[in-house]
Amino acid sequence: MTWYDFFMQGGYAFYVWGSYAIALIVIGGEVILVRQRRKALRARHGDSLESSKSKQL
Amino acid sequence: MNLYKFASPEKFYPLAGKMVPWFGVPAAILFAAGLYVGFFVAPTDFQQGDAYRIIFIHVPAAWMGMMLYVLMAAYAAIGWAFNARLASMMATSLSVTGAMFTFLSLATGALWGKPTWGTWWVWDARMTSTLILLFLYIGFISLQAAIDDHRRADRAGAVLAIVGVINVPIIYFSVQWWNTLHQGATIRLLNKPTMAPPMLAAMFIMLAACWLYSVAVVLARLRCIILEREQEAGRTIRTSSPAADLSQMESV
Repeated sequence: MTWYDFFMQGGYAFYVWGSYAIALIVIGGEVILVRQRRKALRARHGDSLESSKSKQL
Repeated sequence: MNLYKFASPEKFYPLAGKMVPWFGVPAAILFAAGLYVGFFVAPTDFQQGDAYRIIFIHVPAAWMGMMLYVLMAAYAAIGWAFNARLASMMATSLSVTGAMFTFLSLATGALWGKPTWGTWWVWDARMTSTLILLFLYIGFISLQAAIDDHRRADRAGAVLAIVGVINVPIIYFSVQWWNTLHQGATIRLLNKPTMAPPMLAAMFIMLAACWLYSVAVVLARLRCIILEREQEAGRTIRTSSPAADLSQMESV
């Protein structure tokens, strides 16, 4: 199998790569959203629940 | 060790934080391994060509959508029955990831349907019931977002989640009960699998990756929910004067 074959996916490139692109967008998007939510929370109020020991990490 | 200790959101919070990387990092490794086996080891299908490779994300996503719904309903029910705040928060956290996987299964299904069936979408039993699953998730999320009092939102959500569980066996058995365009189950408990071993391996590695990912992201979101509620409660206590009306105190 050559790289050309790999990218063409036997003519189904749009459908196969389209599926994995959507997967990357929704899974990556979820991770980014959770991180932003956490960042915004900490910026506003600090992290009152984290013990002082793990805060240093 | 006293396990009941961790039923308190404030106590579970740091533990959840420690668990996130232990699930997130293996998830990333397994995603990479699953895609490697799926694209470089598994052979081309003799009927569908390479279009079948969508299966490695489509089937795990569909399974996750269903399993996370049952898990969400179970946590919501525990939170409701035993007045357990942490379980209710877990249900809220699970709903978003479950909705994400259900959407992913519908989107990748459409992209698989077009080249193999000639259509993006048909109103067959499997697809329609999966769409209803997505609506149930969206309904749960919207209902909870519409109610300001968190404990009331938890109870209302629990009712919706528990009633909606009936949809999960309908999705699962839809391909047996009705004539559907969607193919039957690829994997059955008692039958020999009909797929080549590397295809099967790639699918199960991706499923394991999806599970680990779900645990990591749900725990990370759970921490945000705990912190938000904690801060809201703290703020209400601090800002309300002794003369403050009781309706404000209710949300504490």
